[in-house]
Amino acid sequence: MKRRAICTTGLLLIAGIVLSKVAAAQDTIKVGVLHSLSGTMAISETTLKDTILMMIDAQNKKGGLLGKKLEAVVVDPASNWPLFAEKAAQLLEKDKVAVVFGCWTSVSRKSVLPVFEKDDGLLFYPVQYEGEESSKNVIYTGAAPNQQAIPAVDYLMKEVGVKRWALEGTDYVYPRTTNKILEAYLLAKGVKAADISINYTPFGFSDWQTRVAAIKKFGSAGKKTAVVSTINGDANVPFYKELGNQKISAEDIPVVAFSVGEEELSGLDAKPLVGHLAAWNYFESINTPANKAFINQWHTFIKKPKRTTNDPMEAHYIGFNLWVKAVQQAKTTSVEKVLAALPGLETPNLTGGIAKVLPNHHITKPVYIGEVKADGQFNVVWKSAGTVPGDAWSDYLPGSKDIEADWVTLKCGNYNKVTKKCSGQNYK
Amino acid sequence: MKHVPAGGQWLFMVLLTLRALHAQSPNDASFLSTVGELREATYSDKVSIVERLSQGGHPSVRAVLTALLEGRLYFRNNDQKVFIVKSAEGDPVHLIDPLSLKDAGSTPADSLTQIGTNNALRRMLRTTVAHFALSSPEVAVRLDAVRDMLRSLDDATVALLRERLGVETNSNVKKEIATGLALAALDGTDARARLGAIATLSQSVSQDARNRLALLLEKSPGGAFIESDEKVRRAAASAVETIDYWRTFYSGIQTLFFGLSLGSVLVLIAIGLAITFGVMGVINMAHGELMMLGAYTTYAVQVAMPGHIGISILAAIPAAFIVAGLTGVLMERTIIQFLYGRPLETLLATFGVSLVLQQSVRSIFSANNRSVVTPDWMSGSLRLNDALTVTYNRLYIVIFTLIVFSLILVVLKRTRIGLNIRAVSQNRAMAKAMGIRTEWVDAATFGLGSGIAGVAGVALSQLTNVGPNLGQSYIIDSFMVVVFGGVGNLWGSLIGGMSMGIVNKVLEPYAGAVLAKIFVLVALILFIQARPRGLFPQAGRATEDK
Repeated sequence: MKRRAICTTGLLLIAGIVLSKVAAAQDTIKVGVLHSLSGTMAISETTLKDTILMMIDAQNKKGGLLGKKLEAVVVDPASNWPLFAEKAAQLLEKDKVAVVFGCWTSVSRKSVLPVFEKDDGLLFYPVQYEGEESSKNVIYTGAAPNQQAIPAVDYLMKEVGVKRWALEGTDYVYPRTTNKILEAYLLAKGVKAADISINYTPFGFSDWQTRVAAIKKFGSAGKKTAVVSTINGDANVPFYKELGNQKISAEDIPVVAFSVGEEELSGLDAKPLVGHLAAWNYFESINTPANKAFINQWHTFIKKPKRTTNDPMEAHYIGFNLWVKAVQQAKTTSVEKVLAALPGLETPNLTGGIAKVLPNHHITKPVYIGEVKADGQFNVVWKSAGTVPGDAWSDYLPGSKDIEADWVTLKCGNYNKVTKKCSGQNYK
Repeated sequence: MKHVPAGGQWLFMVLLTLRALHAQSPNDASFLSTVGELREATYSDKVSIVERLSQGGHPSVRAVLTALLEGRLYFRNNDQKVFIVKSAEGDPVHLIDPLSLKDAGSTPADSLTQIGTNNALRRMLRTTVAHFALSSPEVAVRLDAVRDMLRSLDDATVALLRERLGVETNSNVKKEIATGLALAALDGTDARARLGAIATLSQSVSQDARNRLALLLEKSPGGAFIESDEKVRRAAASAVETIDYWRTFYSGIQTLFFGLSLGSVLVLIAIGLAITFGVMGVINMAHGELMMLGAYTTYAVQVAMPGHIGISILAAIPAAFIVAGLTGVLMERTIIQFLYGRPLETLLATFGVSLVLQQSVRSIFSANNRSVVTPDWMSGSLRLNDALTVTYNRLYIVIFTLIVFSLILVVLKRTRIGLNIRAVSQNRAMAKAMGIRTEWVDAATFGLGSGIAGVAGVALSQLTNVGPNLGQSYIIDSFMVVVFGGVGNLWGSLIGGMSMGIVNKVLEPYAGAVLAKIFVLVALILFIQARPRGLFPQAGRATEDK
C-alpha cells in the first residue's frame, strides 16, 4: 500500500514536472482531483476521479474552456484525513489549480476546509452529507439532510405507516449529526421517545447478530417499525446478510439506507435485500435521455459495460457543468469571479430536472426513494414533486434553526437571524 | 392482530370459489386479460388486480401469483404477452404459459420485461399465496403458510384455519393454528372461550401473542381498564408474566449462543497463530493476510465452480489450507528461518510480507470487495421456537471450529509430525541430536499454522467482506486470544476465545458494541498484569529460555 503510494507520488511528481513544462508552453486550465485512490475509501472515490476525468475529456473534445484545454491534476490522499489537507495545499499553492473536485467523507471535507479558506480555493463536494456547514469556498452538490434523510422519513411515516424507528449508524460525524436531526424531527412529529432507538457501531463492523436480534425485538412491539440506516462502507454487507439470515424481510421491517447505492450493491448478492429502501437524488434506473447518454458515455470511457453509475457521480456531473458555465459567464477562472457567478446558475441534472445553485452554496435536487431489486438496481417507489432546495442549517436542531447561510446578500455562511450576527464561516 | 372486514369479504369469496372450482369452468379469456393488466398498472392498482385474480378462482391463479411474488412474472416486449419464467437467472430463460402452465419455449433475457412488485404488494401476495399453501403436502410449507396468515387475521382466514385444524396431522402446524384461533377468539364475547384462548396463548412464547394479551391490560386515558371482565384481565396478566419469563429465558440462551459463535470465530482465527506464535514463537504479522488468502481462495473456487455453490464452499476448505499453507512454507523458507530468535526483525519482516500480500491481492482481484455467495444450506435460520432462532451460518461455524480444533489436537498429539513439532518446540538441540530435521519441522509447523489461518479465512468469507483489508481487522483479536489463553497452549486458546466471545456478547446489549470491546480489552490488560503467562501457562524450563 505504502510502496504503491510512494511509487504513485513519485510518478505523479515526474508527471507534474513534465506536464508543468508542457503547460507553461501551452497554457492550460488546471483542474484538481482530490479523491482517495488507495485505502478504505478507494472503492468509492476512484469512481469519482474517473468521472471527473471523463468530464474533462469530453469538455476538451468540445474545444476546452475559454479557448484553453483543461488539464487534470490528480492527487491521492490515500484515505488519510490529514493527508487530504496536505494534498489540498499542494493543489492550491503549488499546482495553482482553478478548481478542485474532491472529498467523500465528512471528516476529509472538514480537514481540507481551513486550507481552501486560507488559500481561497474552490471545492465542489459531491456527496450527501450532514449539513450544518456553508463555506464561502465550497459548493455542496450532494444532498443536505432535507434533501435525503427528512423526505425518506416522511415517506416511511406517511406512505408505509411506520410508528417505531431504529436509527442505526456508523460511529462518526455524518451519522451522528444526521441522527440528531432525525431524532429532533421525529419528536417534533409526535413520535414518542420510547419509539426511537439509536445505536452506533464502528467502521467495518461485521458481528451483527446481537444488533439485528435487538432490532427484531424492537420491531416486534406491535407497531410498524423501520430501520433508518446511516451505516457507511462495507459494514453494510454483513448487516444485510444477518437481516436475511434472521428472516427480517423488507415487508416486516424495511431498512432505508442513505449510503447504499448501485456501486455498493454491485459488490454483493442483492437477493436477500430485495425490497429494502434507499433514498438518493439519482438512480441509475431512472429512464431519461440524459441519463441514458451519461451511462453510455461512462461505459465507453471506463471500457467496462457492467460498471454502474451512482448518485455522487451525478453530483460531480452537475458540479462540473456548473463550474464550466460559471467560468464561461465570468470569462475567467479567478475563484472570486467564479464564486460570484455561481449562485443562481442552472444546469440540467440527469433525471430530467434542473439543478440551481442557491445563495447558501447548496443546489436544488429531486428526491427519489427506491426499493432494491434482485439485480442490484433500484425500483423508484416515490419521488418528490419537483426539486427540493438544499438547506445548509437544519430547521430541526435547536442550535441551528435560527442560522442562515447566504453568500449573495448577507455574505455570510453562518448568520444568526435572532442576534443578527455573522459568526464566521463555521458553526461553533 | 387486526380485523379487516373489507379484505375479509374477498378472501371469503376466494374460499367459496375455490370450492366451486370443480363444478364451474372459469373464463380463461378474462383471466388472461386481468393478468395482462398487471403490465402497466401502478402498485396500488396491482393490489386490486391481484384481488380480482384471486376472486376469479382460475386454476392457474396460484402459479401466477407465486411467480409474481418471486419476481418470475414477465411480459414479452414484442407482443406484450405475459409469461412465467422458470428461473429469473440464466439466458435464454425458459417460459411457462400462465394459462396452461405448460412449457412455452425459451427466449433471450433482454426480450422480456419484469412485472415489478413493491413491499406492500409482496406482503399482500404472501398472505394470498399462503391460502393456497395451506393444503401443501409439505409440513414446512404449511407451517410458513399458517405463520403468514397469522399476520393478518380476518374472518375468512379464521374460517380457513378452523377448517384446516380438523384435518391437520402435524402437531407443530396444529399448535400454530391453535395460537391463531386463540388470538381470534380473544375478540369474541363468550367469556369462557376467551379464558380458554388466554390459556392457549400462555403456552406460546410468541411476541405477537404477548402483545395481544398485553393490550387487554391497558387502561384507557380516563384511567379505567379497557377490558371490563376482571377474570379475563387476571388471566391475561398471569399469561403475560409466563410468556415474559420464558422469553427472557430463551433470550439468555440466545445471548449465550451469540457469545459462542463470536468465540468460535475468535478461536478459529487464533488457532493458526497459537501454532506459529505459541509453539514456534514467531510473531507473524502476516497471519491476518493468510486468512485473507483463504477467503480469496474461497472466492476463486466459487468462480471456478459456477452452479455448484453448495459444494464449492466445502471444496474451498482444502484448497484454502493448501494455498495459505504453501504461502506459509514459502515465507518460512525465504524469510523467517533467517530471523529465528530476533522477534523484532521477524515482526517487521512479516509486517512487510503482509503489505506485499495485500497489494498483490489488490493487483490481482482489484481493491474492491469480492462477493462470496452464501450457499443455501448456510443461509437462513433454525427456528427452535418463537423466541429462539439460531442462524445456520453461525451454527455451522461453531461446529466447524470444534472439528478443526480436534483435528489439530489429533495431529499434534497422535501423529509422527505432531511428535516432531512438539519435540522441536520443547528442546530444539535435543531434537536435532535425535536425528529430527528441525528446519523441515519448522517449515511444516509454520505451514500447518498458516494453512489453518487459510481455513479460518473460508469461514470468515461467510461472515464478513472479502477484501484486501480483511486480515487487518482480525489480527489484533487473534493475538489477544493467544496471549489471553496462554502462549503455546491450544486449550488455552479455545477456552480464552470462547470466554472472550461470551463476555463480549453479554455486555453488548448494555454497553454497545464499541464499549463492550473496550471493556474486554481493559479486562484483558488487567488480567495479563496479574498473570503474564495467560490462562494456562506452559510449565517447564523450555518456555523460560524462549
